[in-house]
Amino acid sequence: MSATSTPTGTRATRALGFATLALTVWLIAFGLFVSAEDVVQGSTVRIMYVHVPSIWVAYVAFVLTAVVSAVYLSGKNRSLAWDRVAGASAEIGVLFVAISLITGSLWGRLTWGTYWVWDARLTSTAFLFITYIGYLAVRGLGGTFRQRARRSAVLALLAVLEIPLVHFSVVIWRSLHQESTVANSGTDVELDGLMLFTLFLGIVTFTMLFVWMVLHRQRGLALQDAVDAHGLDVAIEQRRQEAEVR
Amino acid sequence: MEHASFIIGSYVVTFGSIALYVVWFLRRSRSTARFADEKDKPWT
Repeated sequence: MSATSTPTGTRATRALGFATLALTVWLIAFGLFVSAEDVVQGSTVRIMYVHVPSIWVAYVAFVLTAVVSAVYLSGKNRSLAWDRVAGASAEIGVLFVAISLITGSLWGRLTWGTYWVWDARLTSTAFLFITYIGYLAVRGLGGTFRQRARRSAVLALLAVLEIPLVHFSVVIWRSLHQESTVANSGTDVELDGLMLFTLFLGIVTFTMLFVWMVLHRQRGLALQDAVDAHGLDVAIEQRRQEAEVR
Repeated sequence: MEHASFIIGSYVVTFGSIALYVVWFLRRSRSTARFADEKDKPWT
């Protein structure tokens, strides 16, 4: 391993990382310069190319957290690798919800004239963000790795129930936030081909970025667990030797 | 481009915060790996 290489990287993650970086450059070029301005929103629509993929990745991250948590709880061989994937995925999901809230707020200032309103979609998204901050805090509580895995898995299965509430909040309640445009067959809004392409490019790029980040982060957490476990073994051995001396 | 500060600002926030987070966890992994055995890195 060279001094500049990362201990959590492999040939596959490096290839994925370079592909993601290339797509990111492409996305920025298309999002900021190539794609057309919207008839109604004007250039403000360019914020959508990072805002929509951000909340998409957050949803994917929290669903993955719940799925691997369920696998951990239901499996006969309760591997802590599932727990670490859940932790990594939730952490990345929190980052992307925060990005979605900030970019949405900037878009809202230009479109609605205000950074924030206590609208159903915005409020439920903020609540989702706080819930997963709580999830990460629970992961940080003391106890054994197994205790951490069990309690956070249960919490992940409860927290994921908020996602349908956030997604359908614009349908359930009267909301200032618009309904889905692309994934809604009932709307008469038609997106320009290049705008639709840029949006999908954003979703593909962010999804690849998410996969790359989860792979690295869960390996980092595995290293942390290994070092913590080793530290615990050393401490127990020292206590044992101290007791023998007395 | 109209509203350039808001639009470019949203891209800076997005990719800047992702870059900061990535740098943070890679540095953390690198410093942790110094205390880990080779058997703790089965992916290598």
